[in-house]
Amino acid sequence: MAETITLEVQRYNPEKDTEPGLQTYEVPLKKEWVVLDALNYVKDKVDGSLSFRWSCRMGICGSCGMMVNGEPKLTCATFLTDYAPGTVRVEPLKHFPVLRDLVVDITDFLAKLSRAKPWLIRKQEKPLAEGEYLQTPEQLDAFKQFSMCINCLLCYAACPVYGLDPLFSGPAAIALAQRYNMDSRDQGAAQRLDILSHSDGIWGCTFVGECTEVCPKHVDPAGAIQQYKLTATTEWFKSMLMPWRGE
Amino acid sequence: MAIPTYYPPRAYRTRVSTYWWLRSWPYLRFILRELSSISVAWFVLVTLLQLGALHRGPAEYARFGEWLRSPLMIAGNAVALFFLLFHAITWFNLAPKAMAVRIRGKRVPPLFITVPNYIAWLAASLFVAFVLLRG
Amino acid sequence: MGKRSNEPFLWMLFSVGGTIAALLLPVHVFLFGLAFPLGWLDGPGYEALLALARHPLTRVYLLVFCTLPLFHYAHRFRYTLYDGLQIKHLNELINTFCYGGAIVGTAFAVYLTWSI
Repeated sequence: MAETITLEVQRYNPEKDTEPGLQTYEVPLKKEWVVLDALNYVKDKVDGSLSFRWSCRMGICGSCGMMVNGEPKLTCATFLTDYAPGTVRVEPLKHFPVLRDLVVDITDFLAKLSRAKPWLIRKQEKPLAEGEYLQTPEQLDAFKQFSMCINCLLCYAACPVYGLDPLFSGPAAIALAQRYNMDSRDQGAAQRLDILSHSDGIWGCTFVGECTEVCPKHVDPAGAIQQYKLTATTEWFKSMLMPWRGE
Repeated sequence: MAIPTYYPPRAYRTRVSTYWWLRSWPYLRFILRELSSISVAWFVLVTLLQLGALHRGPAEYARFGEWLRSPLMIAGNAVALFFLLFHAITWFNLAPKAMAVRIRGKRVPPLFITVPNYIAWLAASLFVAFVLLRG
Repeated sequence: MGKRSNEPFLWMLFSVGGTIAALLLPVHVFLFGLAFPLGWLDGPGYEALLALARHPLTRVYLLVFCTLPLFHYAHRFRYTLYDGLQIKHLNELINTFCYGGAIVGTAFAVYLTWSI
């Protein structure tokens, strides 16, 4: 095994560059090193100006998502040895504006996420004294998969529809809306329907399915969106056949 | 001279290439799956023309049969069959993702949805073939 | 309910049409498009096929077969044009072409299955 591996990192300084370029670094190739370790090596030992986001190093904070050799990956869970011999090209997540080097602007996603109302909505809150809302293991199982999302945005980088149409709500926001829709304690499905059934919501999705493929937490956003299409269609027919029912 | 820092910073935005679907095999497979819709429309059109020829009498129908035997039509239908098989397989394989069927609180395994779909496909195909070939 | 799009209805046509296309179209293309013209199998003659087409159940079958898959095509091809060629700004033209085609096809299907 070679002792080093070549890292090609996309650099972009908004104050100097008109467009990004690749910079090459030689980093030690260690069996236990992930791409994030290599980036930290560069930052600590070679070039302190390299900017990237990271926090937990254990696949739960969702901040170190980047493109590794063209694929969206959590860099804390992507081992260098899987790419050796050869080079490892690290670029910022696709489909997001690049602020600097490997840092992208996720404002758009945060706005979409809050519009999907990813929290428990009750028609009437129960007084605290009456205790918590109970749930059976089956009821938990109905939404647990969708609750594993860590907002790492790999699914947005994998989704061509989001790249083409920035108005599209996107995989994670819809999967998280569905996480609350499926929750037995939640009563906000009707409020979310108006937002999700909008043409920029679920209908832009053409089931490319790559969001599910790249998801490090096996959330299956593609499945969530298709299932929600069925729900929205059922609701549409109900509102057509029984307009007096209202909401 | 120090360059002032602007806020918000000048972000670099990329545009998705028109040929994005050529960039990876999953994307190409996706666009081929979507293009199968042309084969769907194509063969419905052929069926409508066939019904029209049937309606106009034996002479017209014979001419239509001649047209179906031309190399161009054979090639076109061979391509259509390839895309329609691709459509059917992808459609049935993706069905369990789009339908979350739960029985007694447990989500049924994907095979419980895929397998009946394939059985229905086989049964429908055999039935159509039986009706057309029994004479 | 004016503000909600009619997308759910179009999606339902897409789904039902796609299922019918997946179940039935391959065997039709194989038999009528390849096996009969190439002489691999002996297909029904003119009289037999006409008698079959005039059977009430076959009329219903043909009506479904020649309409819903067209709406499957219209929906899917419309999005393929939107995303594959990035021409979503031409959506009015695309919608007219795709759904208009499906509606014309449906009219023909109704006429032919009725009058044959």
